[in-house]
Amino acid sequence: MHKNVTLNKENTPSVDLTKCNTILSKYSKATHADLIPILQQIQDAYGYLPMAALEEITVRTRIPISKIYGVVTFYSQFSMEPRGRHTIKVCVGTACHIKGAPDIKKKITEVLHINEGETTSDYKFTYEPVACLGTCFLAPVMMVDGRYYGKLTIEKTETILKSY
Amino acid sequence: MEKLKDHDALVKYRKSLESKRRPDMIRVLICTTGCRALGAEEVYKAFKLEVEKQSLKDKLEIVDTGCQGLCARAPVLTIEPMGIFYGRATETDVPEIISRTILKGEIIERLCYTDAGKRTPYIRDIPFYGKQKKIVLRNCGNIDPKRINDYILRDGYAALSKVLTTIKPDDVINEVKNSGLRGRGGAGFPTGNKWEFVKKAVGDVKYIVCNGDEGDPGAFMDRAVLEGDPHSVIEGMLIGAYAIGSSKGIVYVRAEYPIAVEHLKIAIEQAKLLGLLGNNILGSDFSFDLGIKMGAGAFVCGEETALIASIEGKRGMPRPRPPFPATSGLWGKPTNINNVETFANVPIIILKGSAFYKAIGTETSKGTKIFALAGNVKNTGLVEVPMGTTLREIVFDIGGGIPGRKKFKAAQMGGPSGGCVPAQHLDLPIDYETVKEVGAIMGSGGLIVMDDSTSMVDIARYFMEFCQDESCGKCVPCRVGTKRMLDILTRITKGQGKKDDIGLLKELAEVTKTASLCGLGQTAANPVLSTIRYYLNEYEELINKKDAPSLPQESQTTQT
Repeated sequence: MHKNVTLNKENTPSVDLTKCNTILSKYSKATHADLIPILQQIQDAYGYLPMAALEEITVRTRIPISKIYGVVTFYSQFSMEPRGRHTIKVCVGTACHIKGAPDIKKKITEVLHINEGETTSDYKFTYEPVACLGTCFLAPVMMVDGRYYGKLTIEKTETILKSY
Repeated sequence: MEKLKDHDALVKYRKSLESKRRPDMIRVLICTTGCRALGAEEVYKAFKLEVEKQSLKDKLEIVDTGCQGLCARAPVLTIEPMGIFYGRATETDVPEIISRTILKGEIIERLCYTDAGKRTPYIRDIPFYGKQKKIVLRNCGNIDPKRINDYILRDGYAALSKVLTTIKPDDVINEVKNSGLRGRGGAGFPTGNKWEFVKKAVGDVKYIVCNGDEGDPGAFMDRAVLEGDPHSVIEGMLIGAYAIGSSKGIVYVRAEYPIAVEHLKIAIEQAKLLGLLGNNILGSDFSFDLGIKMGAGAFVCGEETALIASIEGKRGMPRPRPPFPATSGLWGKPTNINNVETFANVPIIILKGSAFYKAIGTETSKGTKIFALAGNVKNTGLVEVPMGTTLREIVFDIGGGIPGRKKFKAAQMGGPSGGCVPAQHLDLPIDYETVKEVGAIMGSGGLIVMDDSTSMVDIARYFMEFCQDESCGKCVPCRVGTKRMLDILTRITKGQGKKDDIGLLKELAEVTKTASLCGLGQTAANPVLSTIRYYLNEYEELINKKDAPSLPQESQTTQT
């Protein structure tokens, strides 16, 4: 749940805030309750939460940046790092666990050379575990972007990854 | 759509829908929610295309529904009125289904449910459905959840109209109390009593919240209800709001459930158009607004005070109780929080009466319970059974038993807060109390079957890893306790256990249980305690036999 986020402003490419401003303009009288929906929409638009966007939220909503940062780092949905073009979500729910999810995870690390929560250096894949996708009948299962892949085997996993 | 002005207008509207019904039509019901993962949408589209191509519009209706239960056969479809059930259908099967089954009445054997070589084409003969009693899931899989008219045709919003015209708020609470309905989120608190607390609490505004943050790994009941019959939840909330005097409601849904959010949004819009949400509902003084909040990925937000913090836009961390949300909840106002399944029970209780409801179940637990059946069992899926059904009936009669030549070892109930129920308790009638006695909890309804190849120490470690990762870190007993227990369990599974590890685990479990702030920490040790209780030998074996092959390891979590 607690994520270590390193802020490296110098290396952050400048971000076009047009999309961010369009989202924020819908919230002229934003309260604290609007913070999570705002963050969700910005992450949807950019694929992650650029620091510049968080600063813009502070300016427009007057919610302190420390509070925003606290919320961003608390919820696993939010990421301040640019993410890969494809997101791989491997279900590590109970049914998947007893049907071989640990082996699937090992295979993904082997093929992509990244660990859970990381992004490949070419920004092709971001790989993260998810507690349960609620599709236990497909176990073991993973999701690439919006698409489910069920009843996985080690071989099948490799083929799927290579098809992207 | 025009707003329905009163009770009579709703009755008239339903009658007009009934008169437009075409009983001579054949209906193909296709699950396009859970089954979407295995190509159900393509099957649905292929049917639509074929109907167009062969001009069958007057003969055949294609309905995309919510979960039909037997997920193991996904994608599934039912052909009414014949009651033919097909599974593992693909888009290439569609022309044949139409030409042979629908036009000629022939059965396509390869698509039928099969067990031990026996093919069962009709849904009424499939044992998976035989022992179930569908009350909450009465519409799920039978209607298009995106069409409010489908819900209204099946007596939808009749319970709401009944309370608004003939039952006083206090009597609604009494009726729910009499029914014996208890919270389906896991703890089993009597729903009527909860409502009464909020009703009596002082406040200018009162909130009603539906907890759809179904985070237990292995649970998908609430997902199915929200996806397959969202109006039953909305109607339950409306009745609850009327009873406690609330005018504002929020459904909190997990972000990982996009279909549930989509269907809920459509349902709310349609209910507004018909005047079933908004001001002066059905011409009464009662007004109610309903909104959706999406979670952002934190298991602890299923805890009610953490959920409130999350709705308020804060870090979703629990706080000490009292004050309970009933007196001081969302924005400091009296707040009533119930689970999805709890709300979905309410319309039936009102419509059929508490006596009808009370007749189902056991002495202490009334009604039915939905279980998400998964793991090493043949018929994985969604099942609804009366309280008091035995585990054996669920796993073997409904679930079809264990695949392969393996044996039943345990059923894990209640997820990370629950425990493992071993084979010796298979004939135990399941209700809130009995499950607790054997060391598990009813929980939200996840039921994972494990065969004899499953290591119980590994399962304990698995759940502890989950709890440790999801602990919000606010209170020390949970933050440190889960971490220390995980360390010990990890070293045992690695074959590096120490002699006094079991004693240490028990001690840590006790402290974490007693001293943690919220349910997450208070129950985190349950999987450990229940596996030590029934499978002590497995722990000892791993500790004593240092040279034993270690269990498969997952990557280790390192943060506290």
